[in-house]
Amino acid sequence: MPFRTYHELTDPDRSGLPEQIGAQRRRVADRLAIVRRVVAVLSGKGGVGKSYVAAGLSRAFARRGRPVGVLDADLNGPTAPQLLRVPVASCTLHDGIIEPGVSPEGVRCFSMGLLIEDGRPLTFRGPEAESHVWRGTLEAAALREFLADVAWGPLDLLLVDLPPGIQRFQELADLLPTPPAVLAVTIPTPESADAVRRALRAVQDRGAPRLGVIENMTGGPFAGDAADSLAREFSMPVLARLPFHPSVGAWDALAQRVGSVA
Amino acid sequence: MRWRSASGAWRETLRIPHSALRPVKFLCVECDRQMAFEERQLPGDGTLAAAFKCPGCGRVVALLTNPMETQLVASLGVKIGGRTIDEQPLETVRSMVTTGKDDAFDEGKGEEGRGKGPLPAWSADAQERLARVPGFVRGMVKKIYADYARHHGIAEITPAVMDTARAELGLEGM
Repeated sequence: MPFRTYHELTDPDRSGLPEQIGAQRRRVADRLAIVRRVVAVLSGKGGVGKSYVAAGLSRAFARRGRPVGVLDADLNGPTAPQLLRVPVASCTLHDGIIEPGVSPEGVRCFSMGLLIEDGRPLTFRGPEAESHVWRGTLEAAALREFLADVAWGPLDLLLVDLPPGIQRFQELADLLPTPPAVLAVTIPTPESADAVRRALRAVQDRGAPRLGVIENMTGGPFAGDAADSLAREFSMPVLARLPFHPSVGAWDALAQRVGSVA
Repeated sequence: MRWRSASGAWRETLRIPHSALRPVKFLCVECDRQMAFEERQLPGDGTLAAAFKCPGCGRVVALLTNPMETQLVASLGVKIGGRTIDEQPLETVRSMVTTGKDDAFDEGKGEEGRGKGPLPAWSADAQERLARVPGFVRGMVKKIYADYARHHGIAEITPAVMDTARAELGLEGM
């Protein structure tokens, strides 16, 4: 029996799903229209100190009087509120948007850590079996809402502290009007360089600007030249080599360098 | 192509995935007419029912999604049948996270009153039912029901109003 197929049916749809998605994207774009630059802090490798670097860098920016925010995109292992010493308090709603937490230095911060119970994992309502099918979609929705529904205000920089891997970077790049600039964090070892290289390839494929690489945990047990090799390979500067306990001056110097490229 | 945002800044055109989220369509083969969305129901077991009606012959068919399909749609933060009230801040997070802190949100004075028209009253039964909603999402649920009541000119929110609103607005689990 012949009948018309999907693309031949063009009547308006009352659900308006593409329009709903469009409205979601516009909320993100409108909220971030007064943020000068969104910068993803990425490594592709766990345990290299991305969150530590994002926190130290943002505090240094704040000390220099530059309005800065940190969006903790590590939904399952949020650490930004503790690293930034954001006071534990209920999130307030004002005119239909959520006020972020604010660190003693003035860093604006939002994190799943402000929302979920201490010591408990992030869990979602839904069918337990095969939850991998929908969990990623829900986490991307949470990221979208953190971008769109938090009163970030006029910021010079919004640092997005990404979890290990590249999935959250891809989600972020999908949600923003243009792909975010990227700060890569590595430790000196060749293993770290390998993992960060894979992530930076994804960054390159998305056409996201690469601001530079920060080598963390130098001068200790980790040997290698990861930052130099990544900088050569991806044509970007080494912005800092941070020891295990960077001084305030080291953070300030990093903020100055990032400020000059971001 | 560029567009000017609410703040006046020029932005690049939004990259909205055109291939994603094209809705399911229904064709009445006999009439050769596209069927139109008619009604949504949430039986409460994680499934969703959406009825579509042929504008020609009036035949109605129901789309029944399984819990996984329903969850996927909910995860995207969209509503089958469209939205009738504005999206709430962190709506997906607040309606889907089960380990949220009861005191995560201070709703702020006047948040419930935001919007047009006087605030509806709550019957004792409705208040009791609202009190059973987890604290993490309670403030948002209260505002959604209040917005719904105002939108429909309802002066008092009762459990029956909550049931109707829940189905109409697609508030699974609220």
